[in-house]
Amino acid sequence: MSDADAFRAEVRAWLEANCPPEMREPVRDESDVCWGGRKWVYKNDAQKQWLEACVAKGYTVPDWPKPYGGAGLTPEETKILKQEMKRINARSPLDSFGIWMLGPALLKFGTEEQKVHYLNQIARGEIRWCQGYSEPGSGSDLVSLQTFGEDQGDHWVVNGSKIWTSYADKADWIFCLVRTDKANKYQGITFMLFDMESKGVTTKPILLISGNSPFCETFFDDVKVPKTQFVGEVNRGWDVAKYLLGHEREMISGGGAGGDMVSIGALFAKALGTNDAGELDDPILRAEMAAFDVDVFAYRAMGERFMDMWKTGRAHPASSNMMKYVGTELNKRRHELVMSGGGSDALEWDSDDSKGGARARTWLRTKANSIEGGTSEVMLNVIAKRILDLPGA
Amino acid sequence: MPLYHNDDQAMLKDSVAPFVAEQAPVAHLRQLRDSADATGFSRDLWTQFTEMGLPGMLVPEEHGGLGMGHIEAGIVLEEIGRNLTPSPFLSTSVGAVAALAKAGGTQAGRWLPAIAGGEAIVALAIDEGAKHRPDRIATTATRAGNGFRLDGKKSFVLHGHVADMSIVAAKSDGGITLFAVPKDAKGVTADPRRLVDSSLASHVTLDGVEVDADAVIGEVDAGSEILDALLAATRTGAAAEMVGVGQGAMDMTVNYLKERRQFGKLIGEFQALQHRAAHLYGEMEVARASVMKAQELLDQGSEGAKLMVSVAKAKAGRAANLAVREGVQMHGGIGMTDEYDIGLYMKRDRALAEYMGDVHYHIDQVARMNGY
Repeated sequence: MSDADAFRAEVRAWLEANCPPEMREPVRDESDVCWGGRKWVYKNDAQKQWLEACVAKGYTVPDWPKPYGGAGLTPEETKILKQEMKRINARSPLDSFGIWMLGPALLKFGTEEQKVHYLNQIARGEIRWCQGYSEPGSGSDLVSLQTFGEDQGDHWVVNGSKIWTSYADKADWIFCLVRTDKANKYQGITFMLFDMESKGVTTKPILLISGNSPFCETFFDDVKVPKTQFVGEVNRGWDVAKYLLGHEREMISGGGAGGDMVSIGALFAKALGTNDAGELDDPILRAEMAAFDVDVFAYRAMGERFMDMWKTGRAHPASSNMMKYVGTELNKRRHELVMSGGGSDALEWDSDDSKGGARARTWLRTKANSIEGGTSEVMLNVIAKRILDLPGA
Repeated sequence: MPLYHNDDQAMLKDSVAPFVAEQAPVAHLRQLRDSADATGFSRDLWTQFTEMGLPGMLVPEEHGGLGMGHIEAGIVLEEIGRNLTPSPFLSTSVGAVAALAKAGGTQAGRWLPAIAGGEAIVALAIDEGAKHRPDRIATTATRAGNGFRLDGKKSFVLHGHVADMSIVAAKSDGGITLFAVPKDAKGVTADPRRLVDSSLASHVTLDGVEVDADAVIGEVDAGSEILDALLAATRTGAAAEMVGVGQGAMDMTVNYLKERRQFGKLIGEFQALQHRAAHLYGEMEVARASVMKAQELLDQGSEGAKLMVSVAKAKAGRAANLAVREGVQMHGGIGMTDEYDIGLYMKRDRALAEYMGDVHYHIDQVARMNGY
C-alpha cells in the first residue's frame, strides 16, 4: 500500500469513529455552521463533539503546523482528508475568518509568539475574528482608508469607522487596517489586532436587501491599541492586507464557489417534472440549466487544478483573482436559475413553506458575491495588469 | 493525482512544442492550402511525427506503441491546435487507437502496429448527416456469405479519401457493429470536400461493400462500447486541440493589444478591451482544467469520464469560440484579412467545434446524464 493509500485508510477509519451521524447531514441553514468564539452556543452536542474531536487531531486547520494547532499535513494529505470528508458528507467542523484570512497572514508575517498565541486560539475555535477593511469612503479604492491611529508612545488611539464588517456583532477580536501615516498612502497603514470589547468600539448591523444583517458598521471612538498588537511592520500593513486579500479570494475559490457538484437541472427535474423522454418539462429552462451545469462542472475541475497548483507554488500569484471572478459570477447565475426553477414559490418571503424565504433571501445575498472581497471589475483589472501584462492597467 | 503536468509530461511538452512550432507553424497550413494540396496533410511531417514516436503514443506497448495516456496525447493536440497544423493525429492516433485497443483481437493486431509505425492512416466513419447523431446510425450491416455487406452513407469523414482503413459504424441485427473497411474495398467511394478550415472531409458511400467476418472490430452487435471509447477519446482530443486553438488566438490577440495604437494610446490601455481580455483568460483557464480532468478520468478508466468528456467538449467549444471571436473583433479591420492568421484560427475552431458533437449536443448530453 502506498503512503497515500495508507493515509487514506487511516483518515477513513478516524472519520468513521469520530464524525457523529448528525454532522454528516447537509448544512440546512446558517445555524448549522459552527463559527466558534467566546459567545458561541452549540446547536447540539454533536456539533460540539465534532469540533472537539477535530481540534484534538488538528483537523480544523489540517495543513497548519502542529505547534500552531494544525495537523501538519502535506498538500496531498490535506486533499485526501477533504475528499474523505466529502465522501461521507462530513460538515466543516469550524468555519472562521481566523482560519481563512488572519491565519494565513500570521503564518507569513507573524512573530513566533503571535503564531503560537493567536493561531492556537483560532484552531481551537476559541476566538472569533472579524475583518476591518472597507470604510464608507473606501470600497474598491481600499488604500484611501481614513481610520487613524494616533501614536501615543506605547499605544495607538484609533478613531474612525469600518463598514461591511461581517458578523462584527458576534466577533471577539478584529484584524483591522488603520492609517498610521497620513503622508504616505501605501506605506502608511498598519495591520492591527484588537479586542472588540475594547472601550470605544461599537457596532451597528446593516439591513440588506435580503432582509438579513450579516454585515455591520463598526465605529472606533478613542480605542486604545497596545503597540504589541500589530502584524508585520508598522506602516507596512498594506503588504499584509494584499496577501490576505489573495487568501480571501483563494478561500472563495477553493470553498466551492459556484456551488457544489450537484447538477442544478437534476435538482429541479423532480420539482418541475419530466416529459416522456425524461427531459425537464421546460425546454428553454432545461437548456439554460444544462449550460450552467457545464460551466459549473468545468469550474470544479478548475478549482481542483487551482488548489493543486496553488499549494505547490505553481499557480500565478494573481490567479486567485480569476477564480474569484469566475466563481462568484457563476454563483449569481446559479441563484437566478434557482429562482426561475422555483417559480412563484421561490418568491415567498416569510412563509414556513419557504423556510422563511430562504431561496429569495439567498438569491439576493449572492448579489454581494461579486462586490465583497474585490468587485468583479477590480478582479478583471488585476488579471489584465498582472497576468496579461496589458499596458497602463 | 494532481491536476497539472508532472515532470515527464512537462518534458514531453518541452520537446513537442518547439518541434510543431518549427516544423508546422501556421505558414505550413497556408502553404498546403495555397498549393491546393489534395491529401489534407503533409506526409513528410507525418514521417517526422513517426520519428518522434507520436502516432503510437496511445498504442499499447505490446503493439509497438508507447502506451501513454490521454494527458500526453492532449499535449501534442494542444500544440497541433496552437499551430493549426493539418494532421491525421486526432482521428488515427487518438480515435482509432482508442477503439482498436478497446476491442483487441485480429483488427487490433493488424492495425495498431501499423499506426504506431506511421504506416497507416485511419479515418472515422461515424456521422451520417450534417449533425453528429451517433445514436441514430442508419448504415446497415447484413450477413452475407462468410461476412457482411455494408450499405449506407457517411459524412464528415476526415482523411476519408486517403485513409488506409476506415472504422465504419453500422447497424447489425442485434445492435451496433464496428468494421475495419480497407481502402481498396469494392463499393466504397469517398468524395472529399474542402471545408472552411482548408481540411478535407469526405462523404463516403458504402454500396454493397463486402467484408470478411474478421473485419469486425470487437464482437458482432457489441460495438456500442467500442464506439463509446472511440467517441470519448476523439471528443477529448478535439477539446484539447480547441484549447490550443483558443490559446493561440488569445495570445496573438493579447500581443496585438500591446502593439496597436489608436487615439494616441496602445489599445490595450482601454479598459473596455482589458476586461474582455481578462474575461477570456478566465474562460480559457477553466476550459483547460475541464479538459485535463476529462483526460485524467479517461486514463483512470473512471465511470465519471463520460460526463466530464461532454463537459470538456462543450466548455472548450465555448471558450475557444469566444477566443476567436474576440480575436477577430479586437484585431479590427486587419482581422478580416486573409493575410492575418487570426481568421484561420476562427475557421479551425468552427470545424473542431462541430466535430464529434458541438456545444449544444454536449450540453444536452450533460442534461441527459444527470437525469433531465
